[in-house]
Amino acid sequence: MIWQLDLAILTLVVIAGIGAITVKDLLGAAILFGAYSFMMCLLWSIMGAVDVSFTEASVGAGASTVFFVAAVFRTTRRTKD
Amino acid sequence: MPELISTIVAKYNYWIYITLMMIGLYAMIAKNNLVKKIVGMSIFQTAIILFYVSIGAKRGATIPILEHGHGSSHITHAVDYINPLPHVLMLTAIVVAVATLGVALALAVKVYNQYNTLEEDEILTQMREK
Repeated sequence: MIWQLDLAILTLVVIAGIGAITVKDLLGAAILFGAYSFMMCLLWSIMGAVDVSFTEASVGAGASTVFFVAAVFRTTRRTKD
Repeated sequence: MPELISTIVAKYNYWIYITLMMIGLYAMIAKNNLVKKIVGMSIFQTAIILFYVSIGAKRGATIPILEHGHGSSHITHAVDYINPLPHVLMLTAIVVAVATLGVALALAVKVYNQYNTLEEDEILTQMREK
């Protein structure tokens, strides 16, 4: 485990998480959540959990983002907070 | 005081996991939009999964895959490998997280079809008017 890379990607994860819950557009929130899941997948590769990493890349960053985009497409992009 | 600071800095990953968990909890409690609440729930779940995976990480160990696994029996030093038990448990947790996410988003779509909004306060006022 390389701690410099670990710390840099943990910072990016926190930034993407805060961005996903503060952005004033639900489609933007869905895409930022996809970025968050992809950073998480990189973090697990760094920790040596390769099986968890590729499950997260396909299921978390792939299927979850598709679910969010489909739900936003069927409802509305408007949000107050 | 220096010992306290070095303890805090040495365990930096745990502090960041707790920060992520609190971001998710805040979004679940304080956000008004239903999709934002679901995003918060997913962030909370991934923070817990991250905590468990980091427990299994070791300094100077390699990934838990046997080289030359087939063939004659040989002795493996478990200290040289990262502990794979938390990985296997958290693999199940990821799949459960995606199933929960799908059910939650389907319910949010049904709520939108019923009330024509995703904001919690507008839904509550519409429910009180009926």
